[in-house]
Amino acid sequence: MKKWNMVIDVAACTNCNLCTLATMDEYIGNDWSPYAAPMPKHGHKWIRIQQKERGSVPFIDMAYVPAMCNHCDDAPCVQKAENGAVTQREDGIVLIDPDKAKGQKHLVDACPYGHIWWNEELQTPQAWPFDAHLIDQGWKQTRGAQSCPTAAMKVYCLEDAEIQRMVADDGLEVLNPEFGTRPRIWYRNLWRYTTAFIGGSVSAEAGGLVDCVEGAKVTLTKDSAKQAEAVTDIYGDFKFDRLPEDSGAYTVEIEAQGHPKKTVEATLGESVYLGEIRL
Amino acid sequence: MKFAIILFGMAQLFKITAWRYPKFRERLKERNLVAQIKTMDNSVGRWFRFENGRVTTGAGVRDDADICMAFKDAALAAKLLMPPIDWLDQINALKDFKLSMTGDDGLANWFAQTTMLTQSLGWKWGRDMGGGVLRTCNMTNGGPVFVDVKDGKILRMTPIDFDETDPGPWTIKARGMEFTPPRRTTLAPHGQNAKSIVYSPDRCLYPMKRVDFDPNGARNTHMRGKSGYERISWDEAIDIVAGEIKRAKRLHGPGAMAVSHGSHHTWGNIGYYLSALYRFRNAVGHTPVHHNPDSWEGWYWGAVHHWGHSLRVGQSETYGTVEDCLQNCDMIVFWAADPETTSGSYGAQEGTVRRQWLKDRKLGIDVVHVDPYYNQSAQFLPGKWFAPRPTTSVAMAMAIAYVWIREGLYDKDYVASHTVGFDVWKAYLLGEEDGIPKTPEWQEEETGVPARDVRALARDWGRKRVYLAPGGWGNGHGGACRNQTGIQWARVMVCLVAMQGLGKPGVNMGNLQWGCPLDFNFYFPGYADGGMSGDLEGTAMPVELYQRMPQLPTMNTPTQKIPRIHMPEAILDGKAEGYPWVGKSIEHQFGKFGYPAPGHAKVSMLYKYGGSILSTMNNTNRWVKMYQSENLEFVVNQSIWNEGEAKFADVILPACTNFERPDISEWAGLGGYGHHGQQQLNHRVIVFQAPAIEPMGESKSDFWIFNEICKRMGLSNYFSEGINEIDWVKRMFDASDMPEKISWKQFLKKGYYVVPAEKEALRAPVSFRWFWENRKKDVPEPQPLPSDYAEEYLKGLQTQSGKLEFECNSLKRFVDPERPPVVKYVPSWEGRHSGEMFEKFPLQMLTPHSRYSFHTQGDGKDSFLLNIDDHRVEVGGWYYWVIRMNAEDARARGIKKHDLVKVHNDRGAVICAALPTNRLPRGVCHGYESSAMYEPMGEPGRSVDRGGCLNLLTPERTQTKTTHSLAGANALVEIVPWDGRTEYMSEAFAGAVKQDPLPPGKAEAPKDEMAPGKVIA
Repeated sequence: MKKWNMVIDVAACTNCNLCTLATMDEYIGNDWSPYAAPMPKHGHKWIRIQQKERGSVPFIDMAYVPAMCNHCDDAPCVQKAENGAVTQREDGIVLIDPDKAKGQKHLVDACPYGHIWWNEELQTPQAWPFDAHLIDQGWKQTRGAQSCPTAAMKVYCLEDAEIQRMVADDGLEVLNPEFGTRPRIWYRNLWRYTTAFIGGSVSAEAGGLVDCVEGAKVTLTKDSAKQAEAVTDIYGDFKFDRLPEDSGAYTVEIEAQGHPKKTVEATLGESVYLGEIRL
Repeated sequence: MKFAIILFGMAQLFKITAWRYPKFRERLKERNLVAQIKTMDNSVGRWFRFENGRVTTGAGVRDDADICMAFKDAALAAKLLMPPIDWLDQINALKDFKLSMTGDDGLANWFAQTTMLTQSLGWKWGRDMGGGVLRTCNMTNGGPVFVDVKDGKILRMTPIDFDETDPGPWTIKARGMEFTPPRRTTLAPHGQNAKSIVYSPDRCLYPMKRVDFDPNGARNTHMRGKSGYERISWDEAIDIVAGEIKRAKRLHGPGAMAVSHGSHHTWGNIGYYLSALYRFRNAVGHTPVHHNPDSWEGWYWGAVHHWGHSLRVGQSETYGTVEDCLQNCDMIVFWAADPETTSGSYGAQEGTVRRQWLKDRKLGIDVVHVDPYYNQSAQFLPGKWFAPRPTTSVAMAMAIAYVWIREGLYDKDYVASHTVGFDVWKAYLLGEEDGIPKTPEWQEEETGVPARDVRALARDWGRKRVYLAPGGWGNGHGGACRNQTGIQWARVMVCLVAMQGLGKPGVNMGNLQWGCPLDFNFYFPGYADGGMSGDLEGTAMPVELYQRMPQLPTMNTPTQKIPRIHMPEAILDGKAEGYPWVGKSIEHQFGKFGYPAPGHAKVSMLYKYGGSILSTMNNTNRWVKMYQSENLEFVVNQSIWNEGEAKFADVILPACTNFERPDISEWAGLGGYGHHGQQQLNHRVIVFQAPAIEPMGESKSDFWIFNEICKRMGLSNYFSEGINEIDWVKRMFDASDMPEKISWKQFLKKGYYVVPAEKEALRAPVSFRWFWENRKKDVPEPQPLPSDYAEEYLKGLQTQSGKLEFECNSLKRFVDPERPPVVKYVPSWEGRHSGEMFEKFPLQMLTPHSRYSFHTQGDGKDSFLLNIDDHRVEVGGWYYWVIRMNAEDARARGIKKHDLVKVHNDRGAVICAALPTNRLPRGVCHGYESSAMYEPMGEPGRSVDRGGCLNLLTPERTQTKTTHSLAGANALVEIVPWDGRTEYMSEAFAGAVKQDPLPPGKAEAPKDEMAPGKVIA
């Protein structure tokens, strides 16, 4: 049985919000019951773009992670729903029946991801239904995927074995795997959101002028164990990325021809830019 | 004989159409009249009596006809009446007085338009999608859309996925790879937002009159912006407006009515401001509010003197640059360039698709970003970020040139053969003139950018083939050209690229936003080509559209104009001076004009189109004062939404959106100064903009509104040429190359047409390659004008020397101490060198174009965009504009994420939601211009605004005295936590007066009786 999945490339998301807008366009003012009751004009974010700013001026990057109902295979909302109000279809899509779910406000808390929203007016919980009403009309993609200019958001209808192969081959991840709900929304390059970097800019003075040092060898060690090596670019910049956040003390060693070796200590909470390191 | 038969046939046509179409039967009930059509000598004629919906007819000539259409002779009549109508013949007959229409203008117009309805009522548009869903097309400022409609309601709008019958895209081969865009269209966020602004609760649904405005009594002009409104009928509204136009002329003289519109409009070639509005305003006579060159500023007033391109408002040609860039360039320098935010112009996310290719390291194109803000494009395309303080990057550019000169890293041969004045520029850079060498260390003082980084960039740049990409288009536009040093910046950008050999393979202007290899020989007019305006002076119509779509020309008779930036002074003080934005030559900009023009009437009435000015011009509390002046005896605002200036009108005329009326257009088809704007797109897409739904409430199309006003002035047959809006749409279709490719019927059904990509062998040449190779200009743009070539037609640039001029001959001829012939760095008069002002207001605020909305379009209106936290943030039930500030600066002021803060200076105060960030250096804050909402919390002009109009705070001073140039994209402000007070007193806030603060989010509600725009009826 082929099932629906979504794969989102964090490196390709520009925070344009076209997916969130297309979803608003589809659900605000339209009643697609029993797939979904109308989305309130404000207050709900069925697709929510989470963001992470790493580093400081002028050494910085941004990551954007569109997050939404994960259509989990072990969905707590399905388990906690009364009256069969939340079901996972054979094609993997989890749907909240707006009528049957009426009054079941506890479902909002059932989702560890916070992707179930309470519709105050209709007194019913709501989540992004994978545009199932369109899928059932023959659509091959969701509104968000259709509107995504960079194809950061892609929809796949695959056998579970096939998607697992893709997960393994491409290193796909889910958000908060510790929740153990087996989401069907996968992420590529999620490290840009979940990990940290140590960066710096190496310079040296010569003939009264300070210049960037290109080609310096930079070594990152932790507890005397070498973690990684980098070479500075023309701006003297180096960056060690994909380090765990809050991973504590690191040592950065810089070697450049004609200069004594330089050592800088760094403590990693969130990403850190060490600034100019003058040899 | 033929004429008599046609007339007999016409009578039958009325009857058959009435039988087939209930709409026509209703139409026939609208008027009772006798219409006569005849030859001027009465030899042939037929009358038509319309009475209570019935049509009777008879041969012959009656003397009791209400209206009469007369032809010189029967042969001419037969020729002109036989469909398809030849518009050129008809117009020539009118011009030669061989065709006349007499009788009541309104009745005649009704008869003519009714006759035309017999042709168009049978037209069907859209595709049946099953389940009662009809799919039509439309166009937004952010791209084309499919519009799915059911039961008279818009269900959804989506981008267009091309089908198998649409032509395929182009492919560029570069460095062993192939690049092909996907077969679909993209949308900008404001395009995907469109449904919510159609169904906005802020729509103007009924004609409105300010409750305390009496055209025959007290006008209470001081109450504008304060009083509420009452609903009136269309008849009353049109009577008042037409009456006021006549009154202004009668009491004060020609030109007493000023017309002011925004720089953009909802999309469509017929309903556009450069189309229907221009036809109307010329027909009735007016004083135009003359625009400054908006997003071009520094390029028009500065760069043009170095390289010409006046007909591109100082920006360069862009052809072929996508292919050349991908094939030959090593690095792109984005300089105050954020195409991911601005979508180029109208370019949706089309450039994003291409710039994504740069992420492929196999391509090997490096990217560098120079911008005080770590902008969206920098976030998307990793590369070194340089963050100069606002207005100072001119110094950084000079230091780069300095390094090139010192280290011999520029193209000396090119400079010798293709430029003039280099020695003078070189002497300035080396400090031979002022004793100050423009070194990287020198610039560091100004910019805050480390000298070592600038040196590294200069060396890298000097050794590589580089595309310089200033502004969102990559060839200028937006960016730093709108601040106090914008002219210097645009000038120095041209100097940099001149030193590196503009036009050599891989050395050009661009950031993949413009320059796609499309078919530019296929003709479809852009919006600046003037649509139905008949305006041969104020639009690009004479270039081609006028010949292809002959129409009655229109010409404004008053010669005076008001410079837009100084409009409040023009009204309040009665005088103003400006410099024109006319692209015909470099020198047009030197022609100073004054208001009022000698012997002309002072403006006493304003016809305002939309409400954008309060958040798009500078120091805009000036406009509040202007609106409340008794010098403006009458203000009418024709607007779709009740926002901004609409709330300052005496009468509001509710216009409908382009989803409620027919139109036709091409995506990003600009025409005029944006010749071949489709270069931004991956496909050329032309759309029939079908009316998806009936106009909301009693709103009407602009065309209808203007025609009704014209009826009161006997001008409706001149304005409309006796045809309906959709007939104009068809006329534009016929005027283009479209009929050769797709029938009208098919076009209406499918809704769009994709112009096939150009064959590889026929692609437009690369811009400036001809210049580098000393050939005649070969890119497909009709500029400069023939007489502007110095030596030989098509040889060289538009400059006096025909070369790139480091020392500008045109600025030697026109002496402006602030624009010396060689560009020099003069620090901003609103920045770190501003002394006391800087001490008081130590933050430099950037106000670039917005990301999610398109100027005021899409913002406010209770739209979907309000739900995007990077656009507005909801605090205590109100959606506040976002102000970004350096995290350290925020901490120092006790400001946390989404705290409500007061952004203020001596010009005003705006309440925003704060976003502390590391995307800005210290001392810099960032909030988009163009909030649609102006929401003073008390007395307008004297209270804080919580709508987000940051342009209340920006300087109105022009960049130089002898330019009409906006300089306000940077302003000095202070930001403090908001204490909830609504009156604005800067000193009070500094602590001089202590009052009990209100907790943030618990703002005082605007006092009801003061609520601007409150609708009473």
